Amino acid sequence: MTTVASFNIDYLQYLTPNGELVGDKKPSIATDFEQLKSIYELMVLTRTFDAKAVALQRTGKLGTYASCLGHEAVHIGIGSAMAEEDCFAPMYREYGAQFYRGVKLSEVLLYWGGDERGSDFSGPKHDFPWCVPIATQCTHAAGAALAYKLRGEKRAAVSVVGDGGSSKGDFLEAINAASAFKLPMVLMIVNNQWAISVPRKKQSTGRTLAQKGLAGGLPSIQVDGNDYIAVYTAVKAALKRAYEGKGASVIEAITYRLSDHTTADDASRYRPDDEVENARQFEPIKRMRKYLTSQGQWNEQLENQLLNTCKVEVDAAVEEYLNVSKPKVGDMFDYMYDELPHDLAEQKAYAEAMEEKSNG
Amino acid sequence: MAKVTMVEAVTMALAHELEHDKDVVVLGEDVGINGGVFRATNGLAQKFGEDRVIDTPLAEAMIAGMTVGMATQGMKPVAEAQFMGFIFPMFEHIVCHAARMRNRTRGRLTCPLVIRAPYGGGIHAPEHHSESIESMFAHTPGIKVVIPSSPSRAYGLLLAAIRSPDPVLFFEPKRIYHLNKEEVEDDGEEYPLDMCFVIREGTDVTLVTWGAMMKETLAAADKLAEQGISAEVIDVASISPLDMETIHESVAKTGRCVIIQEAAKHCSVSSEIAANLADQGIYDLLAPVKRVTGYDTIMPLFKMEMKYMPSVDRILQKVNQVMEVS
Repeated sequence: MTTVASFNIDYLQYLTPNGELVGDKKPSIATDFEQLKSIYELMVLTRTFDAKAVALQRTGKLGTYASCLGHEAVHIGIGSAMAEEDCFAPMYREYGAQFYRGVKLSEVLLYWGGDERGSDFSGPKHDFPWCVPIATQCTHAAGAALAYKLRGEKRAAVSVVGDGGSSKGDFLEAINAASAFKLPMVLMIVNNQWAISVPRKKQSTGRTLAQKGLAGGLPSIQVDGNDYIAVYTAVKAALKRAYEGKGASVIEAITYRLSDHTTADDASRYRPDDEVENARQFEPIKRMRKYLTSQGQWNEQLENQLLNTCKVEVDAAVEEYLNVSKPKVGDMFDYMYDELPHDLAEQKAYAEAMEEKSNG
Repeated sequence: MAKVTMVEAVTMALAHELEHDKDVVVLGEDVGINGGVFRATNGLAQKFGEDRVIDTPLAEAMIAGMTVGMATQGMKPVAEAQFMGFIFPMFEHIVCHAARMRNRTRGRLTCPLVIRAPYGGGIHAPEHHSESIESMFAHTPGIKVVIPSSPSRAYGLLLAAIRSPDPVLFFEPKRIYHLNKEEVEDDGEEYPLDMCFVIREGTDVTLVTWGAMMKETLAAADKLAEQGISAEVIDVASISPLDMETIHESVAKTGRCVIIQEAAKHCSVSSEIAANLADQGIYDLLAPVKRVTGYDTIMPLFKMEMKYMPSVDRILQKVNQVMEVS
């Protein structure tokens, strides 16, 4: 027997959990402290926002909300590596990436607050909205990437799935499409170890999830998803390949869901507390702060100022969200089609008349 | 002017739009050099190149998902589901994404796509190749469902479907792909997507149908004429949105209505038309609305498929029932 092909999966890490910079070739971002400080500030803002959103849900001011606690490095790593004209196809908790791309905090709240206007968000108008049916965003991103390729545009699409989503057909079909059409895209797997109550090991006995990309012949690596520098560097390199017409890549970012799946979930039913406690020592914000502090770029005073600024910004977003105008009943109808069909126009008139009656 | 079959009219419309709109691409399984298993894309890859007429990997969810993705980014993809029986992996993308994209983003992103699928029985095809499930899609708000029943309507309606800023499912009744030829001018004239077509005028009974059942319905109308019964025949064509106005106008004139469909009866398009007539047209009716449909069974394999589908005799039986009431 002879070997016809062999593969390996590399693991990329620059920042250890203790905030030490490791690795032979350090990327320039590792010492671009102005950029790293602004990234750190966005990470803290995202976490402040996240805690507030959970609190809003607990007090009945927000619907079910999917927390992003612990995912700040990987999400912002993706968002900050992308160009504005690239297309982002998220799942439903990648707020850090979206904030970097210009989505407003209040728009995330609008969406989880049961208002479609949240998905008409700021930032790149071509980005996909949140995608609840798991992994279907991957084939949408593949379609976007094919559109860019056919038009000869130097743009790429980036999709995100979780460890659970990596089991789904759309993820695997997107890998296959990316391979067959040599698409300018990056398929991210944000492996946070839990798909609601099902642990990573029950999704697949494969040693890595990244290796699913090898089936399509795509360069596939694992990165430390709690290490902003590693995520940013990996995504940036994958995008460069995409722009150069070299095709798609798969990146599995290893992180941990420190929160419940959503506010409707109670992870204590299935997940041991000590596992979560253990995961906290690897979380991304702490290690970035340690690194910046060790480099003389951060101190307690700056930290306190930042926490204060973040609170003010989040409070302002909450204020904006709570004071948004009421949606009109006609909005239900107005965006169904380019032109309202005759029978739907009748239903709209009826709904508006009923609304007027109940108001009057 | 060329005389063409329905499937040739489909090819003509695709070629016309590929020629005149650079955003249009055709994609699907075997649509490239092979020209599609029914030859609906015959010669298009050779004429427009493999970047415009794209053979995809064999993965229907991927085709639908990519079609949604391309449509949101400014293209006008026309995807082929090789048979309606293979459309189910596409269902999630059609229902959860194509139908909702405009609404859920408040118009920020739209889905101007077409998914074509040959459908229906009567060609002695293998299992899963003969079903009629248009009602499953007609039930879904946000998409248009169109079914032609002649070469000229296939051409004009497909042009309109491709140009529509909204997602359109275009179901092609494959039993009549080659039934007859018609003169169709390749003039780029589209047909409206929100109107029924009155195919034959009559005064005694309205026969409402669509797709391949037009063949049996017109044959029944001929026999009825021999009996001295004047049947008006309507081709619904646009299943969703449904033009009830034309149907009501006809029933107001005839007072009788028989709906003929190949699909199973329960919760079907004929159910909606009958319910609408009961709701809005009851005082126009001289007799109960009758339906001639496929049975509420699994579509049988081909030995019995013609027993499943409405026949001329079954149509005549129902018409005679409604004609007994005067």
